[in-house]
Amino acid sequence: MRSDIQTGRLQLDRGGQIFLILLAVTTLLVPILNLAVPTDSPLHVSTFTVTLLGKYLTYALLAVAVDLVWGYLGILSLGHGAFFALGGYAMGMYLMRQIGDRGVYGNPDLPDFMVFLNWHELPWFWHGFDQFWFSALMVVLVPGVLAFVFGWLTFRSRVTGVYLSIITQALTYALMLAFFRNEMGFGGNNGLTDFKDLLGFDLQSDATRIGLFIASALALAGGYLACRYLVNSKLGRVAVAIRDAESRTRFIGYRVEQVKLWIFAFSAVLAGIAGALYVPQVGIINPGEFSPLNSIEIVVWVAIGGRATLYGAVLGALLVNYGKTYLTGVMPDAWLFALGGLFVLVTLFLPQGIAGLLRRKGAAA
Amino acid sequence: MPVRCLSRTGLRARLIAALLLIALMPGAFADPGDFQQGAALIAENRFANLEDGVALVAASGDPKARQLLLALQGSDLYLRKSDRTLVIAAKGADGYDLTDPLTGESAGTAASKRELKRIRINNRLRSQLSAAIAGLDLSHQDPAVRLSGVNEMLANLDDDGLKLLRERIQVETDTEVREAMTTAIALGDLDSADPEVRLQSLDVLQGNLHPAVRGAIRRLIETDADPEVLKSAQRVQDSIEFKLELYSLAETLFFGLSLGSVLVLAAIGLAITFGVMGVINMAHGELIMLGAYTTYLVQQLMPGHIGLALLLAIPAAFMVSGAVGILIERGVIRFLYGRPLETLLATFGISLILQQLVRTLISPQNVPVANPDWMSGSWQINSVLSLTMNRMVIIAFCLIVFSALYLVMRKTALGLQVRAVSQNRAMARAMGVRSARVDALTFGLGSGIAGVAGVALSQLTNVGPNLGQTYIIDSFMVVVFGGVGNLWGTLVAGMSLGVVNKILEPWAGAVLAKILVLVFIILFIQKRPRGLFPQKGRAAEG
Amino acid sequence: MKTLDTLRTTMRRDQVWDFMRPKQGLELDMSHGTILYLEDISVTFDGFRAIDHLNLYIDAGELRCIIGPNGAGKTTMMDIITGKTRPDTGTAWFGQTIDLLRLSEPEIASLGIGRKFQKPTVFEPLSVMENLELAMAADKRVWPTLRARLTAEQRTRIDEVLETIGLQKHRAQRAGALSHGQKQWLEIGMLLMQDPYLLLVDEPVAGMTHQEMDRTAELLKSLAGKHSVVVVEHDMDFVRSIANKVTVLHQGSVLAEGTMDEVQNDPRVIEVYLGG
Repeated sequence: MRSDIQTGRLQLDRGGQIFLILLAVTTLLVPILNLAVPTDSPLHVSTFTVTLLGKYLTYALLAVAVDLVWGYLGILSLGHGAFFALGGYAMGMYLMRQIGDRGVYGNPDLPDFMVFLNWHELPWFWHGFDQFWFSALMVVLVPGVLAFVFGWLTFRSRVTGVYLSIITQALTYALMLAFFRNEMGFGGNNGLTDFKDLLGFDLQSDATRIGLFIASALALAGGYLACRYLVNSKLGRVAVAIRDAESRTRFIGYRVEQVKLWIFAFSAVLAGIAGALYVPQVGIINPGEFSPLNSIEIVVWVAIGGRATLYGAVLGALLVNYGKTYLTGVMPDAWLFALGGLFVLVTLFLPQGIAGLLRRKGAAA
Repeated sequence: MPVRCLSRTGLRARLIAALLLIALMPGAFADPGDFQQGAALIAENRFANLEDGVALVAASGDPKARQLLLALQGSDLYLRKSDRTLVIAAKGADGYDLTDPLTGESAGTAASKRELKRIRINNRLRSQLSAAIAGLDLSHQDPAVRLSGVNEMLANLDDDGLKLLRERIQVETDTEVREAMTTAIALGDLDSADPEVRLQSLDVLQGNLHPAVRGAIRRLIETDADPEVLKSAQRVQDSIEFKLELYSLAETLFFGLSLGSVLVLAAIGLAITFGVMGVINMAHGELIMLGAYTTYLVQQLMPGHIGLALLLAIPAAFMVSGAVGILIERGVIRFLYGRPLETLLATFGISLILQQLVRTLISPQNVPVANPDWMSGSWQINSVLSLTMNRMVIIAFCLIVFSALYLVMRKTALGLQVRAVSQNRAMARAMGVRSARVDALTFGLGSGIAGVAGVALSQLTNVGPNLGQTYIIDSFMVVVFGGVGNLWGTLVAGMSLGVVNKILEPWAGAVLAKILVLVFIILFIQKRPRGLFPQKGRAAEG
Repeated sequence: MKTLDTLRTTMRRDQVWDFMRPKQGLELDMSHGTILYLEDISVTFDGFRAIDHLNLYIDAGELRCIIGPNGAGKTTMMDIITGKTRPDTGTAWFGQTIDLLRLSEPEIASLGIGRKFQKPTVFEPLSVMENLELAMAADKRVWPTLRARLTAEQRTRIDEVLETIGLQKHRAQRAGALSHGQKQWLEIGMLLMQDPYLLLVDEPVAGMTHQEMDRTAELLKSLAGKHSVVVVEHDMDFVRSIANKVTVLHQGSVLAEGTMDEVQNDPRVIEVYLGG
């Protein structure tokens, strides 16, 4: 694991290249197999599968965001689910406003749950979310600013290691409790759902689903390349230096707090974008997304895929989520056993994840 | 029927006179005929006659009068349709067991309520009944009954009742009852026309917390014209308000301490594994859960001995969780020392497995854990402050566990070795401490304590597979807030977080209070990353 | 009156306010030939006085060795100079004008104080060259670092240093794979890349072979003159081989100062090292 920074740079990251090619192929092939191949053909990809794949891609982007801060910067964030969920809520609020008077209560100004709660006016923080550009801005800004403020407070006072992990977990836990409250104005327990359309496109139509799938793929590719650029830059090497010897890095003159702050905030923004793409595809966002378990699951995707490789994070996210979908379908009880076992086995026997295994195989051949 | 033409006031006067007589010389002047006559009036089952009947029975001085009136009040008094006699019905083995209120002897049974006709009462009668019963209570031989009688009268005091009280207080021997009577009389005197009397009774009522007193004084302030009295009343009201606030503060503090005790219990095992060994054990919550489930299982093994089972569950839970803890340490954690983030992940995986194990083996639903009798009930300190037993037991239990652990760490060889290893592993090893064994035992100790905490929690909350998750973040917050590696810090942090939470709750709501506390800790850690009581010096740096 | 005085001090026209005084780009002023002034410094950890009214002056271009038994406060002294630990009392000036106690670690580092730690800490996953690149004096803020590309001039500078520390052949090697002595040199090389005025070198020869020690001695001596060098060391032979002037620390303050011979014959020093 320790050598990948350098080899990654010299060999221009073969794993990453393969990943990008595969992603491009999938992105081209899946829409064709869905739209052009007849339904009864064995090659046909159902819209359900397209949406499922799209969801996995948003998870992959989230995993890349976590890998950036954990793998390269050494910040084990147990709260990245919060940034994901906040991005999702920002998108969800836009989608709620798009429902207009098509809700159960038919109120053109207020989402159903507010009518249900007997509210008469839109809360101030809901204003502007009827505009897509504003919501898109919030998707980026809300997680980014929260991460920035949180990071500014923690990094400056040099909270590191497990302490930092625990307070990131507390952060997402606190947000979960807050969002469960009806008074917060985000739909409480039920969250936001029953979305109708996005930018005028019907969310249930195949074309919109394909569109969202492609958007997720592009976001993942873009996020991946941005992170790749970052970790290959001198800043990326400074990040690794901070990860391995924080105070040493300080003594050669880098503002460690600043580096952490910006990379952490950037990572939160990526997570927010992932969340925003996730919500229209699954059709709901609720406070459960803030649960500490979700956040820690992301970490496991990264650990399994292999941290500090970026493409490993993608691999881990896809594999674990496919396994989850499969197992919860076949034998629901086994999923938590499998997940728990993965945590233990990977940390004990596969500290470099699957990417590390592949690389070792590649080196041996 | 001469009784029928008795005027209401006349009857009342007679009632009072009779009660006074009974009060002074029980039984001496009782007229057995009155009881029979009254009962007969009641048996007519007409509202108009019921009143007179009740008055007569109450005044009769018959020892069975109270039972009759109570039955009437509790709607247990019936007419048997077959012979139109009065009976008291209580649900029996089959149908209803009947008692003759006139003799107190059994009157056979009734198969169903259709054989009976209930004597119905209205609201006016209801208040007459409670006054009459209260009056009878005043002369009951049990002081507790007398006290409740006085309290009953306090609620709606009239001249007759007041008169009765004045007489009764002369012969009352029990101090508590006397006090209640004094209060009641003073309360009655507030309506006196003489401002001097009102002032005097205000003095008596100073600081009295009875709800009736508060109401009476509020009314007095609204209506009284005398400036002296008003001033005094205001002062008394202030004194009462102050006392009330004081007691409500005490109650908040008590709630806070009991919540704090739960937090300390949950966190203290973590303080050992995290603080002393630097190991992040995310499965700590599940070790607590195992303790709670052990309690459930022990109770299942010995039904009928709830209390004993609970006591036995303490060592059992310690062993179970401790053993699981040692297994975790030997099987996983020992390969990960010096890699705290990996330890965190691996133990989180273990926590998922343990949760699912419980779901699969026992049940995904919550299981019922019984509370022994001595855990229920409460200690009534005064009319506004009562401390529930289970909370008191938790606080005591927490302190006992804490002291035991403290002694173990301070006074035993294991404690010394643990401290040595935590301060300087290499040096301790060089001195011949077998650090691997110490690690395993320390981890077992911390886990065992978690199990014991589980026993305590099983008495307070639902026992289910998610029990541990609820407490894990709170526990970490307590340890981090208190300063890692510091048992005192954990105690102080847990207690203060509990109290702060309960202070915030009334105006912020439970959830928001919790969020505020979390945010506070997040900010606090940023100010003092090493907690309230940090380990200082060079060793702690870096 | 006090308020008025405060106001008057605050409003003095010949001075800028503290918060407006530029921290960045402070020029080191060594006009009096002294680069570092530590005066009356005390630090207490938990009741233990690690540094006790310490006074120490380092001249420009000087090579100074600091010796002292364990717990004499050598490392703590370095922590104070580099901003890691704040003293309870006392002053620390870098040249005539720069108050070290007001600055953070990165600020102090960028002003030209470099530090080599007791335990060699190089960035193990990075190559030797990348280690030097990171240490190089440059704009170290976030955005410029992200955009940074090596110029030809910087490459030459790196090559020079590689030659100085004798690691040319290992430039592409992972720093973690270097031998112990090579890591020590790489650290010194990283110090040099920062182009510091003052080098603080903590136990440079611990765990080195004799040949490596000799090379290190050469290296440090060649640095003096261009830079001021403070070496903390236990190995007396090594100290003798490089030092002009030696300072003996004991219980957090200066016990003796002078040439190696003077110091070794000082009865107090003998007592501390042999008696005690």
